[in-house]
Amino acid sequence: MYYMGLVGEYLKNYAKTRLTYRADFWIEVLSDLLFQATNLIFIFVVFMHTPTLAGWTRDEMVFVYGYFMIPYGLFICFFNLWGFSERYIVKGEMDRILTRPAYNLFQILLENVDPPAVIGSFIGTVMMGICWVRLGLPFGLLEVGVLLVMIVGSVMIYFGIYIALTSISFYSDAPTGILPLVYNIQSYGRYPMTIYNRFIQVLLTWILPFAFVGIIPASYFITGKGMKQLALYTPLVGIVAFAIGLTLWNIGIKKYRGAGS
Amino acid sequence: MMSTYVELIRMRFLTMLAYRVNYYSGILIYTLNIGVYYFTWQAIYGGQGTLAGFTADQMTTYIAVSWMARAFYFNNLDREIAGEIRDGSVAIQFIRPYNYIVVKMMQGLGEGCFRLLLFMTPGLVIACLLFPVKLPHDPKLWATFAWMLFMSFLINSQINIITGLSAFFIENNEGMMRMKRVVVDLFSGVIVPISFFPGWLKGLNEWLPFQAITYLPSSVFTGRVPNGDILGVMAVQVVWLVILTLPIIVLWRSARHRLFVQGG
Repeated sequence: MYYMGLVGEYLKNYAKTRLTYRADFWIEVLSDLLFQATNLIFIFVVFMHTPTLAGWTRDEMVFVYGYFMIPYGLFICFFNLWGFSERYIVKGEMDRILTRPAYNLFQILLENVDPPAVIGSFIGTVMMGICWVRLGLPFGLLEVGVLLVMIVGSVMIYFGIYIALTSISFYSDAPTGILPLVYNIQSYGRYPMTIYNRFIQVLLTWILPFAFVGIIPASYFITGKGMKQLALYTPLVGIVAFAIGLTLWNIGIKKYRGAGS
Repeated sequence: MMSTYVELIRMRFLTMLAYRVNYYSGILIYTLNIGVYYFTWQAIYGGQGTLAGFTADQMTTYIAVSWMARAFYFNNLDREIAGEIRDGSVAIQFIRPYNYIVVKMMQGLGEGCFRLLLFMTPGLVIACLLFPVKLPHDPKLWATFAWMLFMSFLINSQINIITGLSAFFIENNEGMMRMKRVVVDLFSGVIVPISFFPGWLKGLNEWLPFQAITYLPSSVFTGRVPNGDILGVMAVQVVWLVILTLPIIVLWRSARHRLFVQGG
């Protein structure tokens, strides 16, 4: 209950600061969407020249991309800690966080919420919906339920991977460059796994499980992709990633000595 | 006067060198980007011979060369300029005995030298080792490519300077800078070669400067432009270089009357 109250307070605060610069808010939304649009344009342009990509049609690929956008938007909104090292370690803001009673990671996440990102999730949902109809896929309560579980699983995977990597900054305050690196690997998860070689397939499925934030869970809903079984592992992989991320964070935070002045 | 500008190139180069570690991961990121497009294109080609005038092999080379060219010509001059306008330090630049725009261009060139030697070159070597990239053997083609790449750098920097200077007129040009980035990546041909675009978009692109940044040099380098047409392609770049100089002069002239420092 105490934590729910905090969420409310932080969001109120966020709204107040953002409403001062209304134009910036919409510019941010628009430019985020433009970035997503490039990937979508790539898919559309490519399918003007080929009927299928590794057995996937255009509508199926857009379906996958739509799915990909949903957990991604939620992750960016609630769990993204892109500038953590710079702001909390180098500038020492972590000191302020640690003197307060609420759980440290919870406070940091709340300070960095980015609600405009959710608009990407909405657009992803719409894209998925349109393709759902065009592909004539079955749709019922079961599908909605499974979809929600998959999305939660995928968001947990993002959370786990990025929180684990962010905890590295407790050991080294120099930028390691590993975060942007992994960020770029994530785009591999939007395409059918069969187009990659064995090494990348294993990497994306079991080590940095980005296949579970896009292609695998999305293919649960598309018939004939042979990944229905694997897709059901999404929530499990999510829980494992989440647990690893949170554990590494809690170990790392004990190492925090404060570098700021 | 010239020595001042050369010194600026050297200083920026040395500054970049001090932060070279930050760019090592950049090489890997670009390789990863090449990778995802390489695998995707391989799957797209499947058994098909040519798509939009590209064979699968040419496409691999095109992607690798284009991304690594981007590693060279990319810079944040727009952000630097906008930042200096916003915090007011541009006022000092007005009274210094040099041309601010040329200074920015030279700093960009210093960064470009660094990127060429420590980012693009090792990156291209790694890309060649990992992917079946076929670079041409003709030294004349290499020389042409080097020149065209230099022109890409100039044109891209001009576009960045124009975007940066817009901060004089729009108080917060963050959105413009981000949109510029997307537009440049999309229409320069890094993400999809322009010949893949539908007809109307292809036609539009012929009237835009962006193709001169990546699509033209990479097309020449992958051997897709017949020998007789190379001079014409090079001329397109020169034309854009000249045309883009005009808005810079106009913006800079009118900016002097508009300077409005926000805080600082």
